[in-house]
Amino acid sequence: MRNVLTIAGKEIQEGTRNRWVLATTLLLAGLALTLSFLGSAPTGNVGVNKLDVVIVSLSSLTIFLVPLIALLLSHDAIVGEMERGTMLLLLSYPIGRSEVVFGKFLGHLAILAFATLFGYGAAAAAIIATGNEIGPGSWQAFASMIASSVLLGAVFAAIGYLTSAVASERTTAGGIAIGIWLFFVLIYDMALLGALVAAQGQAIPTGLLDLLLLANPTDVYRLLNLGSGGASALSAMGGVADHAGLSPPVLVAALALWTLAPLGFATLIFSRREL
Amino acid sequence: MNETVKMAGVSKRYGNATVVRDVSLGLHAGETIALVGHNGAGKTTLIKLMLGLIRPTDGLVRVLGENPATGDFVVRQRLGYLPESVSFNMALSGRETLRFYARLKRVDIAAAEELFERVGLAAEAVDRPVRTYSKGMRQRLGLAQALLGTPRVLLLDEPTSGLDPALRRSFYDLITELRGKGTTVLLSSHALTELEGRTDRVIIVNNGVAIADGTLDDLRRIARLPTRISVKLSQMDVAPRWANGGMKWSRDEDGVLAAEVLPDRKLPLLHDITADAALISGLTITEPTLDDLYAHFLRTQVTK
Repeated sequence: MRNVLTIAGKEIQEGTRNRWVLATTLLLAGLALTLSFLGSAPTGNVGVNKLDVVIVSLSSLTIFLVPLIALLLSHDAIVGEMERGTMLLLLSYPIGRSEVVFGKFLGHLAILAFATLFGYGAAAAAIIATGNEIGPGSWQAFASMIASSVLLGAVFAAIGYLTSAVASERTTAGGIAIGIWLFFVLIYDMALLGALVAAQGQAIPTGLLDLLLLANPTDVYRLLNLGSGGASALSAMGGVADHAGLSPPVLVAALALWTLAPLGFATLIFSRREL
Repeated sequence: MNETVKMAGVSKRYGNATVVRDVSLGLHAGETIALVGHNGAGKTTLIKLMLGLIRPTDGLVRVLGENPATGDFVVRQRLGYLPESVSFNMALSGRETLRFYARLKRVDIAAAEELFERVGLAAEAVDRPVRTYSKGMRQRLGLAQALLGTPRVLLLDEPTSGLDPALRRSFYDLITELRGKGTTVLLSSHALTELEGRTDRVIIVNNGVAIADGTLDDLRRIARLPTRISVKLSQMDVAPRWANGGMKWSRDEDGVLAAEVLPDRKLPLLHDITADAALISGLTITEPTLDDLYAHFLRTQVTK
């Protein structure tokens, strides 16, 4: 455990040194602030809680940006260190390969959590500063949105580690990572939508729809944040969520599984790899 | 003597390529061993096998009594390794880097920082990012991390490549000091020449096979390399009696006679030549160099 923390600490140190932490936090904060001010323009003062509007816009932002940031951080973690030659030295130390993977993962997760918390927190702070009343229900939704955004980041960081453990070159890992991002964030939903249109209004069995939604972590995230409460009415996601029979604990469990499985495989593959 | 590293019948294959073939060797405490071979001869692979970074296809590797690939990691606390062309994270400073490695090896931070002085890394450089380091400074930092925790086995892969002569000397002083404390030091190198007088033992590898193993004197004796003797005659047209004693003498236009003489005939011949000192005006004896010795072993292996 001490080794895991040592590795995580070094990863965070590197992240602050090469400005990853600063850059991602500023990026998320900048976009979150923009969305929270622009996003309020169309709704005006129609009695919708402002933070709910922000949650909807930030969730959509998260789906695009957080997986990308997580993959950019993680795809390089194993294969990059191998290529630079630093992995060779590290593994000659009394440390297990699984400790290396988990330590790095923990470090990257901490960077993501920091960036999300402070980036999105800036948006909430701005809303309070402009003198809006925010109910406790909205605060809870906002907190769970941040927590699930970090969890979504964890999923894609774990997938990034898997590509990093499999790829023999950094550039290959980068290519695969971009492909994975495109697939889950853009292509998958379009294909799903296309399939629904092709089905011409025939009802898809609930079980199949559930499975298709659980098979994409970004959809799980979407259901989790946009499927209930004040946000569901705003995002029109409520329709899908009502149809699908997935409760929040199931969705969180699905995201946890999406994190642990790729991370486990990454460790397994890395342990068998010869330097 | 106390055996620290043992390899028995070790082979390593990648697909169809055999990079190490049936190597058996034992390294002992307080011994300094040079592992010599061309680039790609299998030196680095042997070191990686000792570190447990790769597993042998056949055979057995033991370091301090443990299998380095699957055994207890605690053994690695007493193992120092300097990779060939060592690299570090560029953004961190030398101090941060060494602290990180010290934590992994459970070495006291204060004790670790004393190593900067020992390897001669200037105090003003310690807090600069590694990005700004020269090759020599990086090598010193690499050596510092290898020395963490007073290792019992030190594996150094081409440690002196890219070092200036002054640094090289202080490096070898450090090795001598460690040897006195009973550390096994394995140095790999692609040149035998610079190792003269530095090592107890030389292991020559070629194409993954250990073709020679012994002290430099042993190797010289085994190789039986001829000494080149050239004699400048005082008169051009004389043919001295010793010049037809079964050796092939060649004569150039300046009247210099030269021949290659095997070790056991060297002294009698010199005796004969110098017996009649009036005949000669100059005498040069060229002993085989370490490069000749190295080339000899590489040659004999090819013809085998």
